[in-house]
Amino acid sequence: MPPPGSQPSTPPNPPHHPHDESGVEWLRGEGAETDVVLSSRVRLARNLTSFPFANRASSEQRQEILDISRSAVRVAGIADRTLWLNIHETSPADRALLVERHIISKQLQRGRAATVGEDPRGVCVSLPVERVSIMVNEEDHLRLQVVRSGLALDEAWRQADGIDDALESAVDYAYSPRLGYLTACATNVGTGLRMSAMLHLPALKITGDIEKVKKAAGDMCLAVRGFYGEGSEAVGDLYQISNQTTLGKTEAMILADLHERIIPQVIEYERLARKTLLTKRSLALHDQVYRSLGLLTSARLIAAEEAMQHLSLVRLGICTGLVKHLSSKTVAGLMLLVQPAHLQRTVGRELDQDARREARATLLRERLSR
Amino acid sequence: MKCDQCDNEATVHEVTVREGEKVERHLCEQCAVQVGIASESSQNPIEILKMIVEPPGTRQAKAAACPTCGLTFEDFRTGGLLGCANCYESFEARLLPLIERAHEGGLQHTGKIPTRLCGQAETSKRRVLAALIEERAHRAATIRKQLEDAVKSEQYERAAQLRDALQKLTQEQAAGDE
Repeated sequence: MPPPGSQPSTPPNPPHHPHDESGVEWLRGEGAETDVVLSSRVRLARNLTSFPFANRASSEQRQEILDISRSAVRVAGIADRTLWLNIHETSPADRALLVERHIISKQLQRGRAATVGEDPRGVCVSLPVERVSIMVNEEDHLRLQVVRSGLALDEAWRQADGIDDALESAVDYAYSPRLGYLTACATNVGTGLRMSAMLHLPALKITGDIEKVKKAAGDMCLAVRGFYGEGSEAVGDLYQISNQTTLGKTEAMILADLHERIIPQVIEYERLARKTLLTKRSLALHDQVYRSLGLLTSARLIAAEEAMQHLSLVRLGICTGLVKHLSSKTVAGLMLLVQPAHLQRTVGRELDQDARREARATLLRERLSR
Repeated sequence: MKCDQCDNEATVHEVTVREGEKVERHLCEQCAVQVGIASESSQNPIEILKMIVEPPGTRQAKAAACPTCGLTFEDFRTGGLLGCANCYESFEARLLPLIERAHEGGLQHTGKIPTRLCGQAETSKRRVLAALIEERAHRAATIRKQLEDAVKSEQYERAAQLRDALQKLTQEQAAGDE
C-alpha cells in the first residue's frame, strides 16, 4: 500500500490526453539549434541504501522501494503537478504509449523476466509538460530524467541536480567516497550521469558521413544510439549521442564536453552537409524531399519505419527552406503519432498490423494536407 | 621410478619433514589425486597459467558470495549487474580493473557528494587521497600491461614478479582506503 498522504492511485488512462503530442517536451521544437537538435536529456541513476539493487530485490522489497520513493518524490516536490503511475497496474497499451513518449524505458515496460506476475515498479512524470520523469525499480531504484527541447543540456542538468538534492534530503543514497553513487551496472558508477542529445542527421546520412561521426564518437568514448535508446535503430535519421564514462570526471566536465564541444561540432557538420546538398545536389535533394512528401500525402498503406524515413526527409526539406507550407514541429509530432500505440490511441481502438498501416496512411494524409 | 601404491610410473613427488624426519612419497597421477596431494586440473596448462597470473586467494574468492546479498562473482559475470551496494566491496579486487577499463582509467569519483556527507568529507584530505589513488591506478595499469606482455612472450618468472608487484599495490590501495 502507498504510504499515507501520497497521491491517489492513478486511473489506467492518464488524464491529460496522452495520445496528444502537446505535452511532449522533446517535440516542442523550441530552444537552441532546433534545426538539428530535437532534445537534450539528462539522466541520473540512484539507489537507496539498505536495499539490494532492483534486480536482486524481492517483490516485497521492491514494493517497499516503490513506497519510499513515492513519498520522497512527493516531499521533494519535483513539479507543480505530477502524475504517478504504478506500471505493474497499467495496461500494456498505456505502457507502450509511455515508451513511445520516452517517459519510460523498454526495460521498465517489460519488468523482470524471471518474475511470476507483475513486479512493483512505477514512474512519476511532471505535467502538463512531460519534462521530468522518475522511474522506480528499473535497473536502479531511481532513474531521474530531465528532458529539454533543443540544445539545453545545461538547463536540464541544473534542474536534474536540484531535484536530486531535494530527493536526497528525503532518502539515503548508496554512495562511496571512492566510487561515488553506486549503481547496479558498474558502467554507471560514479556520477550516475548520462547526458544525451537527440539529433536529426538526415544530410550526414545522405552524404554517408554519418559513419565518420559514429567512428569519431566511438573514439571519444561516446555512445551513438537510435531513436529508442540502447539497441534501437536510428529510424528517421534520429540519433542520440551520449557520454559513456561516469567515473573520474565531474558532472561539469561531462556537461562541458558534450554541450560546448562535441554536440556543437556534430551540429556544424550536419549543417555543412545540408549546405553542400543544397548547393551541389540541389535538384536531387528537391526530388528526394518532394517524393517523400508525395508518398506521405498519397499512400493508402504505410509502415511506421517507412513513414519515419519519409518524415525525416520532409523535415530536412523544411529546415533547408525547400518546403514552406509545413512546420518542423508538425512533422516531429507526426513522428510520434505514427508509432503503433499512439496511432491506436488516436484512432480510439486496437488495430492489427494491416489496419494500423491503413490508419497511419490516413492520418498522414489528413495532417499533411491541412 | 614406480608409484608407491601401484605399478604405474611415479610422476608426483612429495617430500615432507615430520618430527625432524624426512618423508618421501612418490605417486602416479591417479594415486596422487586420490590421496589429495594433486588435483586433476593441475595438469591443464591453462590452469597452470592461471595459477601464475591470478593472485593467490582469487580462486577461493571466486566461489565466495557477497555476504550482504548472496550474489557470486560468477552471477555478476553472467548477468552483468551487481546485487547490492556492498558487492562493490565484496568483489573489489576483481571489479576495479573492469571499472577502470569501462571508465577510461577513471577509478576515483570526483563528482557530486551527497549533502549529508559533505560535513564529513574533509576536502583537502580527500584531494590528497584522490591524487594518491590516481597515481596507484596509473602504476597498476602499467604493471598489468607488462604482465600481459610477459605472459604472451612466455616469460613466466617475470610474470610472477609482476603479479606480486600488482598484488602489493592492491594491498596498499586497500590499506589506504581503511
